[in-house]
Amino acid sequence: MYRRSFKDTRSSLGSPNPNFSKPMVALRFLRALSLVRRSGLGACSPSYRARGIRRAAYACMAASAGPRRAWSRALLRKIRRRPGRGLRRPRAVIWRHRPVGGGDRLEVALRRLVPGGGCMEYCRLLEEAADYVKCLAMQVRLMQTIVDSASHV
Amino acid sequence: MSGRGRRITDEEINELISKLQALLPAESRRRNAGRMSASKLLKETCSYIKSLHREVDDLSDRLAGLMTTMDSNSPQAEIIRGLLRS
Repeated sequence: MYRRSFKDTRSSLGSPNPNFSKPMVALRFLRALSLVRRSGLGACSPSYRARGIRRAAYACMAASAGPRRAWSRALLRKIRRRPGRGLRRPRAVIWRHRPVGGGDRLEVALRRLVPGGGCMEYCRLLEEAADYVKCLAMQVRLMQTIVDSASHV
Repeated sequence: MSGRGRRITDEEINELISKLQALLPAESRRRNAGRMSASKLLKETCSYIKSLHREVDDLSDRLAGLMTTMDSNSPQAEIIRGLLRS
């Protein structure tokens, strides 16, 4: 099992991914939105479209973060494996490598919330959670900007 | 927390905890002035992630509703321009 040294942890938390800049994520997401729009606009119910948009949002977020993050890899695996299903279905395989200490209730809750968080060691989990929170917040700001711009047209 | 990984020190965990705390929204930081305990931080992070998930769902619904009113490429071009300017 590959264990990174603390120095690696610190540098990876500080250095930004060059792919994950706001215009890049925005373009990727807008392209995905136009695909959703073109794929049968009139026939779909708004809730079906909303699910497609949500899936696109998580996919773009994970794709922009790149493969070096466990959460982005886990998200992309989930999305590509089951198109059309719910995104946050709990999977039995998460508990296969449960940490020996058991972990308290809060740690277990965090592992459920962060994609791919089931099998990591604690230090790694905190690091992945921090990156996931950062990218999620950026995605939310991006979608809010789009909604605001589209509402004022 | 002991016994989980012999090579990980408390100092490392503390540094990760303060980095995570810095990412939480401002009102959460104001409520918990100074250093949070690890369990408080986990709790805040969990509730923050859940609220972000809810916001993504909500914004997806709104975008889906707006898609019916957006018709041609020009609104999107305007949005792209606006995003690239900021």
